[in-house]
Amino acid sequence: MTTIERPAYKVIGTRPIRPDGVEKVTGKAQYAADARPQGVVFAKILRSPHAHARILSVDTSEAERHPGVLAIITAADFPQAEDKIEDLGEGAVNLRELSDNILASEKVLYRGHAIAAVAAASPHEAEAAVQKIRVEYEVLTPVMNVLDAMREDAPLLSETRHTKMMGGQQSDKPSNIAAYNQFKTGDIEAAFAESDLVVEREFTTAMVHQGYIEPQSSTASWNADGTITIWTSTQGAFVVRAQVADVLRVPVARVKVIPLEIGGGFGGKIPIYLDPVAALLSKKSGRPVKLSMNRTDVFEGTGPTSGTVITVKAGAKGGRLHAVQATMRYEAGAYPGSPVGAGAMTMLAPYELENIEVHTYDVVVNKPKTSAYRAPGSPAAAFAMESVVDELARTLKIDPLQFRINTASKEGTKQVTGVPFARIGNEEVLQTAINHPHYTAPIEGPYRGRGVASGYWFNGGMQSSVVVAVNPDGTVNLVEGSTDIGGTRASLAMQLAETLAIPYEAIRPIVADTDSIGHNDVTGGSRTTFASGMAVYEAGKDVIREMSSRAAKLWSVGPDDVVYEDGTFRCLKDSTKEFTFRELAAQGARTGGPIAGKASLVARGAGGAFATHIVDVEVDPGTGKTQILRYTAVQDVGTAIHPAYVEGQIQGGVVQGIGWALNEEFIYDEQGRMLNSSFLDYRMPTSLDVPPIDAVIVEVPNPGHPYGVRGVGEVPIVPPLAAIANAVADATGHRFTQLPLSPRRLIEELDGAE
Amino acid sequence: METRLNGVERDFLCEPRQSLLEVLRDELGLTGTKEGCNNGNCGACSVVLDGRIVNSCCVLAVEIEGRDLETIEGVARGDQLHPLQSAFLDEAALQCGICTPGFIMASKALLEREPDADEARIRHWLAGNLCRCTGYDKIVRAVRRAETAIEEMNV
Amino acid sequence: MEAFDYVAPRTLDEVYTHLNNGKRTLFMAGGTDVIVQLREGRRQCDLLIDLKRIDQLTSYGFDSEGTLVIGAATPLAQLYEDVDVRRRLPGLVDCASLIGGIQIQSRASLGGNLCNASPAADSSPALIVLGATLVISSAQGQREIPVEEFFLGPGRNALQPGELLLQIRVPRQHPNSGTRYLRFIPRNEMDIAVASAGVHVQLSEDGARIDQLRVALGAVGPTVKVVDTSSLVGRAADAAAIDAAGALSAEAATPIDDMRGGIVQRRKLARVLTVRAMEGAIERAREVR
Repeated sequence: MTTIERPAYKVIGTRPIRPDGVEKVTGKAQYAADARPQGVVFAKILRSPHAHARILSVDTSEAERHPGVLAIITAADFPQAEDKIEDLGEGAVNLRELSDNILASEKVLYRGHAIAAVAAASPHEAEAAVQKIRVEYEVLTPVMNVLDAMREDAPLLSETRHTKMMGGQQSDKPSNIAAYNQFKTGDIEAAFAESDLVVEREFTTAMVHQGYIEPQSSTASWNADGTITIWTSTQGAFVVRAQVADVLRVPVARVKVIPLEIGGGFGGKIPIYLDPVAALLSKKSGRPVKLSMNRTDVFEGTGPTSGTVITVKAGAKGGRLHAVQATMRYEAGAYPGSPVGAGAMTMLAPYELENIEVHTYDVVVNKPKTSAYRAPGSPAAAFAMESVVDELARTLKIDPLQFRINTASKEGTKQVTGVPFARIGNEEVLQTAINHPHYTAPIEGPYRGRGVASGYWFNGGMQSSVVVAVNPDGTVNLVEGSTDIGGTRASLAMQLAETLAIPYEAIRPIVADTDSIGHNDVTGGSRTTFASGMAVYEAGKDVIREMSSRAAKLWSVGPDDVVYEDGTFRCLKDSTKEFTFRELAAQGARTGGPIAGKASLVARGAGGAFATHIVDVEVDPGTGKTQILRYTAVQDVGTAIHPAYVEGQIQGGVVQGIGWALNEEFIYDEQGRMLNSSFLDYRMPTSLDVPPIDAVIVEVPNPGHPYGVRGVGEVPIVPPLAAIANAVADATGHRFTQLPLSPRRLIEELDGAE
Repeated sequence: METRLNGVERDFLCEPRQSLLEVLRDELGLTGTKEGCNNGNCGACSVVLDGRIVNSCCVLAVEIEGRDLETIEGVARGDQLHPLQSAFLDEAALQCGICTPGFIMASKALLEREPDADEARIRHWLAGNLCRCTGYDKIVRAVRRAETAIEEMNV
Repeated sequence: MEAFDYVAPRTLDEVYTHLNNGKRTLFMAGGTDVIVQLREGRRQCDLLIDLKRIDQLTSYGFDSEGTLVIGAATPLAQLYEDVDVRRRLPGLVDCASLIGGIQIQSRASLGGNLCNASPAADSSPALIVLGATLVISSAQGQREIPVEEFFLGPGRNALQPGELLLQIRVPRQHPNSGTRYLRFIPRNEMDIAVASAGVHVQLSEDGARIDQLRVALGAVGPTVKVVDTSSLVGRAADAAAIDAAGALSAEAATPIDDMRGGIVQRRKLARVLTVRAMEGAIERAREVR
């Protein structure tokens, strides 16, 4: 199906109020920590104080005697896990490693690694009892960054892990390099030799956290009949169910996950940390168990994203990017699985290039196992690539946006994977940016500068399943399984309203639990509005087909003689016969029973999204502080179903990028202990730290979706790191290659350079 | 402990070590006030105590004996939303919504003192409330929209 | 949190009955530091004494001599909202309005900030250069000391067992003087100071000369650093003097490297903040009130 011209939509493109809105502004919405089944007790986890150690023994006897304690578990209570890979939707996971991450068995691999858990009558008692668990450690030397971890003589996190290389090969010796990969095309050396200018730089970024305001919390009940009920906030109830079933080795159908509202995820609430622990504590204690993290636990015991060291060497020829060679080294954390591959693929997406050579290293270090964080792998890669592009353009005295336009990828351009792009909006976005008033506004004053950068994210498809039930009064229940983080209840209801040609207000969307709807992959990967939207569209068409056949019955004609237009079913054989949607809905019982439609699909045809950002900054040379003066984010969204929610995704991603660029980082001491595991010293932007964010929506409809939808949620975080670094370079005349651009770093480098 | 909560006299039992946040959520069943950090750095637990906006994680429940407490549950009047609540909905100023109760309490406290607060003042006042989803842009717009709505109501 | 008892006495005499009995006691004013410390296990107590029901500790006012007498547990927001305080002591308002965000300021107090004795406290540099004194009270009576004598080391204040901080007294300021407090934080709100400077300057009648100059630096030493600026007294209050003051601060600072800042950075900030705070203080001194 193709949509090229933007049709005159009735509902799509408007800005209705979201269905869960009133509950959220009145405090009635139930989030994970609000769950409180009858008889619930409280649990707390014992976490490793050491970044790297062997566990010699765990003695829970004193803790068991603490008043109010009902149950204690360790890794010994988990069944032996399989060495199986499970696809979570934004990254795959090895189940043995997942199990080990949830409760450590032989070794602890990062400070904060969970070892045991206690359930007690009150949270204070659980906390006190946890302190009575005695663990004997053999402390080992930690390795805390990729370069150290990659050395021959580095302490090894695992004696049995060898580097996985291409073609199924492995390294002879064990290594912290979990995987090495390579992409090559063209002739890189010849391309450099013929370039007008070659620039090479090494870039470093620190580990950062998604920073969702709601800490993880899971309440589990191991019921008398052997079923397990879990109330939690997650980006994917089905993914929780699958992981819990795998870790506890119970049949999937025995696990019911009830997703409550989620207080932010950004990829960090896809893996599970607490659910199986709460479930086993419930089994042992005979009570429902609530296990919540505090903010320190969130920093030290969940899944931040990789710190990186990326070297980029790029050549320009004839005003275009001509050759790129890159070595990308990403921290995976304690277990393999950094997003280095995605970083490599997205980094080059804005450019049409024939000469490419990229080496990627996935490296384990003694930090928490990384998890997805909004366009995982892409922001750090874009920081490196877009900084080098900026340097090439400025040195050659070519406008940085024009330089990108000269090399812009378009439909048919081969991606790094060899697959050509379908219809994309890269050029449209670049043209919008270069013509935007922000780009030509004068910028005056010393230490003020402007920077631009582009970015790309593929966006996902995957599985979605929905049911649409038509009520006799013409209202419609939409049962879907995508947890609603940013307004997808609304955007899916809008797509259904458009398909059925009925008002948005007639639709009631419900996010169902895992017993009540078919499999849905995660809300993440920028897939929900696209894939669940596609399912909603198909289910809507299913409903129309069903209702048409009902009308045909009533009119005694064949189904082909009924058409549905503008909310009315018409009879082709007799123009006096027609029913509105509502009128026909009332006839359900007479014509064969309840009217429903459904769709379960694997959505294909996801459309990648491009963005280009423009930012003005002012640097205070006396203090090294950078203020963001003005920010414009241009993005191709395909079709903006609900423009305000699209703008919201863009603005939110930009501000996360601002934090990542300016102040956020995990700070460690030499023993591998995180020093700043609180919101006081892990500095996320406040309302006073950012200006209004101008979100400029470009619509190049995705031919792969009935309404032209592209994912929008992830690409906004990709350009800010480079855009801000480029602006600071413009403001100070100094190119910074390490993030964050903290005031301390600016003072040390600027004054050092003098 | 006896206190006046959202205009109604309430009493409850608690230990000295329980914060006001804990007691609101776990003893009084008022879960609209949220825990984000438990150390006064995110504002998700904001409530109004004797007319001042405070972080309830940094107040002990025992301290509120005889005092006046307002939480998010008391902001709407039955099904009549406060102009701030309507404005947050109209401006799409929430995504996941976890920080929203804290922001509504803090904005309400601001508008009751400074009905004409400008953008800079709003951003300054709200700097004690963290949001990770919205980037603050629409939150600030919603507060300004509510200012206008409240002014029109009072005319 | 470990369990503890709680009491909210209404008079000072009542407070004293709870002390010196072998129990570990802690005082609480606004609680924004002590509650978090108890929760994180950094401090422990058997009895928490809430001082907020004692009038003397939560009220403030200018006395007949123009001294601002502040009860140690008075919330910062009450102080900086006061029209008279804003007019007469803008330097005090500088520091009171910087500690934490609005929620913190509704509860936190100068007394609590001082007693916490953090090297990066926002209250100390400004109060020192304003010439403030502290009234310390016990069952045996009261004593008064200048603020700079209150800090013995990081996190250690000069209170003896049985004593509590009762009041902060800020003397009436000379009409030709001005005080400014500035601190540096990486964001625009909510952070602990990386470095800070309080500057008080008193000018000659014609506003041209420095008659008095006091500079105190925060977060660049184990306790607040009072800079010896005697060499600048008598000089013209011009850019050269201001630069010289900055240089003195950079020299006097003894910063450390920690997760909030580095030595080179803090030394530079000591200079830059002194210069900017002095410019602000001079401007205030020259303002007609």
